[in-house]
Amino acid sequence: MTGDNEIVVSVRDLHTWFELRRWGIVRVGNVRAVDGISFDLKRGESVAFVGESGCGKSTLARTLLGLHIPTSGKVFFEGINMQELDRKGLLDYRARVGFVQQDPYGALPPFMDVRRILREPLIIHGVGDRKEQESRIRESMEDVRLSPPEEFLHKFPHMLSGGQQQRVVIARALMLKPSMIIADEPVSMLDASVRVEILNLLRNIQKTRQLTLAFITHDLSTVRYFAERVFVMYAGRIVEKSTVDNLLEHPAHPYTRALLDALPDPDPENAARMRELPSGEPPSLIDPPSGCRFHPRCPHAIKGLCEVDIPPDFEPGEGHTAACWLHRQ
Amino acid sequence: MPETLTDTLLRVEGLKLHYRTRNGVVRAVDDVSFDIRRNEAVVVLGESGCGKSSLAKALLRIPPRNTQECSGKVWLNGTDIMGMNEEKFRKEVRWSEISMVMQAAMNALNPVVRVGEQVAEPLCLHRGWSSERALKHAAGIFSLVGIPNDFMRRYPFELSGGMRQRAVLAMALVTEPSLVILDEPTSALDVLTQANIMNVLKRIKREMGTSFILITHDVSTSSEIADRVALMYAGQLVEFSNADDFFRNPAHPYSRLLMASVPRLRQVIRPEHIPGQPPSMLSVPEGCRFADRCPSRFERCVKNPDLLKINGDREVRCWLYEKGLKS
Amino acid sequence: MNRFMTGLRQIGQYPSAMAGILVILFLVGLSLYAVFAIPYRQALDLWRGGEIWQDHPRNAAPAWVNWFRLNNLPSTIIVEKSSADVESENFQGWSRVRIPLEFSYTYDEFPSEMNLFLKSRFQDKGPFIRLFWETPDGREILLGGHRPRLSHRVALSQDRNLERRLDAPPHMALLSLPDDIDKRKVLKGDYRLVIDAVFFEEESSLETKFISYGRVHGPAGTDHQRRDIMVALLWGTPIALAFGLLAAVGTTITTLIIAATGVWFGNWIDAAIQRITEVNMILPMLPILVMVGALYSRSIWVMLGVVVLLGIFSAGIKMYRAMLLPIRESPYIEAARAYGAGHSRIILRYMIPRVLPVLIPGFVTLIPTFVFLEASLAVLGLGDPVLPTWGKVLHDAQGESALYNGYYYWVISPAFMLMLTGLGFAMLGFALDRIFNPRLRSI
Repeated sequence: MTGDNEIVVSVRDLHTWFELRRWGIVRVGNVRAVDGISFDLKRGESVAFVGESGCGKSTLARTLLGLHIPTSGKVFFEGINMQELDRKGLLDYRARVGFVQQDPYGALPPFMDVRRILREPLIIHGVGDRKEQESRIRESMEDVRLSPPEEFLHKFPHMLSGGQQQRVVIARALMLKPSMIIADEPVSMLDASVRVEILNLLRNIQKTRQLTLAFITHDLSTVRYFAERVFVMYAGRIVEKSTVDNLLEHPAHPYTRALLDALPDPDPENAARMRELPSGEPPSLIDPPSGCRFHPRCPHAIKGLCEVDIPPDFEPGEGHTAACWLHRQ
Repeated sequence: MPETLTDTLLRVEGLKLHYRTRNGVVRAVDDVSFDIRRNEAVVVLGESGCGKSSLAKALLRIPPRNTQECSGKVWLNGTDIMGMNEEKFRKEVRWSEISMVMQAAMNALNPVVRVGEQVAEPLCLHRGWSSERALKHAAGIFSLVGIPNDFMRRYPFELSGGMRQRAVLAMALVTEPSLVILDEPTSALDVLTQANIMNVLKRIKREMGTSFILITHDVSTSSEIADRVALMYAGQLVEFSNADDFFRNPAHPYSRLLMASVPRLRQVIRPEHIPGQPPSMLSVPEGCRFADRCPSRFERCVKNPDLLKINGDREVRCWLYEKGLKS
Repeated sequence: MNRFMTGLRQIGQYPSAMAGILVILFLVGLSLYAVFAIPYRQALDLWRGGEIWQDHPRNAAPAWVNWFRLNNLPSTIIVEKSSADVESENFQGWSRVRIPLEFSYTYDEFPSEMNLFLKSRFQDKGPFIRLFWETPDGREILLGGHRPRLSHRVALSQDRNLERRLDAPPHMALLSLPDDIDKRKVLKGDYRLVIDAVFFEEESSLETKFISYGRVHGPAGTDHQRRDIMVALLWGTPIALAFGLLAAVGTTITTLIIAATGVWFGNWIDAAIQRITEVNMILPMLPILVMVGALYSRSIWVMLGVVVLLGIFSAGIKMYRAMLLPIRESPYIEAARAYGAGHSRIILRYMIPRVLPVLIPGFVTLIPTFVFLEASLAVLGLGDPVLPTWGKVLHDAQGESALYNGYYYWVISPAFMLMLTGLGFAMLGFALDRIFNPRLRSI
């Protein structure tokens, strides 16, 4: 592996819009699911993308996977511009990025057994002969601690528990030895007692294999243990980027603060008090608010500024950016 | 706890709900006993498949078709409601005394009926009110749950998830029942919306004096409203404690492991997972059902313990507490 | 295919499925028997009719009708004898033989017909024969004289002169006492038809065959061309099964692939498929088939092709589309795209296998509908011109007004085979439906 700070993914001003159903030739509008996002991900780091549903985090993940075509902006993966890839190049690219989805049962074809599920990526990419494929299947099953493999190879997804299903999904994402894993809410459908186990597993694999992990979640409370950096997303934009500890201790953006305030810890005191919450709901992505997208809900909005100009990334601290006018120097 | 709050609203004894399946009998609720006081929120915690939703169905006497046995005693204000005939139960208890917010109910609203009418409907059905009177009454409930009144004329698809969940909550509250059962009311919602709904529940509890049974798997959220916590495992209660004790000093080994598995935002305690899996409900083990995952297992665990009273008001199903509270 | 295998294992729990399988196995066995017992060529020859069937009665009922009658209907009696088997009186240049054809008639009813077939050998001058009929009560009736050709048929029951002389149809009059004719009472006993032949050449000979045609024949009876209906019933089975199976396979697979392709690519491809389907759905299938049959060819394979073609863009596409649409959005498809699966792989390996178990019951119940379609075409006169099929039997029966004439068996037996086919596949199909679509299962 090369140096610690090698950049694996570099995203510049990425927009992924979806066209609304057109009435004849009249364009009605676009859903601006991802609307101007830039960031770099380094090799071997785990970055959490946090936000509420509809903030564009899943669209961002699918754009990075090449499942959605970006409307504008650039995605560089290991120095290669993704938009310039041909069919073959895209196929290779997809082998370099693994994908772990939210719903483990839905993510596995119900009519294939575990062996077949894990072999599929190898067959598609023409990796090795049968014997080599078999040994790779076993190896990655050991990696996700589905052992002994013999016990699981012939099982169909519905015979496995939720945690085991998610292990199969992770093993499949690892089959082609990717350099990056994108995990879209990998534990939100699992039972509380299994969540930690799956997250630990992902984290260990990421660390031992020096993988870049894009960990998409709505749950800030898990972030501390499973990511180094956090990007907070709101209405198609990244509003705050920071290291985990810094973000949890000194949240800079009012939206981040609201999120942190809303999250309970298991504490009997909670029942005694009401939580302070921002009013309203996330804006429509078809016609987002002007200026800062959080301004209609923001308790600190500055009249005449926040609703007019889009805040650039300010730096309230080292390696910490927040797209909020409160932090202008 | 103040004297007025301690009188019992609902007492459940030996509740059972068994299902028939192709592979055998599932004992989803297996001899569960507990009580709920007036204006009290009891949280039923448990992993999926532990029988917590079945418990709600049994209380409201809406067992699914493949039920083999649904038995036990339930007293509401001292009246046995399990022995009641169905007609009487429907008229006098269901929805007028005990109402429920089903899991994913917000997606089960009738898409072609205005929200206001749907919320007001139980009043017309159970009290025979005219629709004007019912709508007027419903408007009050709407403001209580935090939906602007002009939303009453909207259709469900015009509302956001959070608003729909509030509407479903309003529907459960409109008859002013003394007990509302909430089955995973916030699990599909975003963090902020979730916190909002919990605020609403707190307000209702304070203003209407309603009792709640909150069924959830989410330990952190449950602490937002819990007065007492009933932890279920494999169809049985394993711990029933007041919230202070449960969250600060969980007694059952399963409770302790569960609390340790919760990721915390404000404390740096690395969450630990609970090894193993719950037993299959088709063939629960003879002894303690948690024994094979339990770090403190010992010889006695080959027999399933009864709920043992410790510290007066706590109940724990664990042999460790046979002789009083273990430190 | 694990759901498929576990599903199949459950079949044993459904008695109706087992009954359906037994019926289908019976039909398959019957087909194999038909194909091996009557080779294809022979079956076609037999069904073309003619000489081959001259020993068979016309419009005879199946033998089983006797089980429900008090007086038995007669079977066919055939008596053969050659001039070589009897002693001849030789004169100068010519000879004389008396060939006695003996039989005993014990049935309660008269036969349907009587024929005498003669085959003579001669160079220039054929033999001369006189026929005598000897009854059990000792009467001797002269039936007349003939100068037979090389192959000659004496249609005794159609001999007008004889009928006038006996005052009743000969095949009845000859088998009863003159006084009982009006009572239609058969005189049972030993009869003799004596052929008194005179040969004018030394090498001449005569083969004789007397047939008293019965009123019952075989397990299925015969039709107006004396053909044994059993041939069509037997051979109709493999043809019906093959047609039904091929049509069902052809339409289901192509429809499924087209529907999946449309769903996967969406946009204009989907729209085009939908529009074609909608147009095709309002096109009436039967008139198109009638047109093809009338203008182009009535071969069963052409019909099969047209049926499959018209069946591809049928309502099935709409149904499969509805089933596949949610599958297109399912995470495992997204995952497959993410690890690089191409379009055809996703359609064939990821989308179609997902719906197959649900389609199998429908597929099984689809088979008999095509069997019925083929039969309907044949009834309408568009059946394959050469193949013996159930529909053709029904067509002939209708053409001969079988039901007016009391030949109900002519309609019942092919109809029974059709219903048996429908029943077998339906019982299996409905049971499979309960297995593969557990929501339909009563709890």
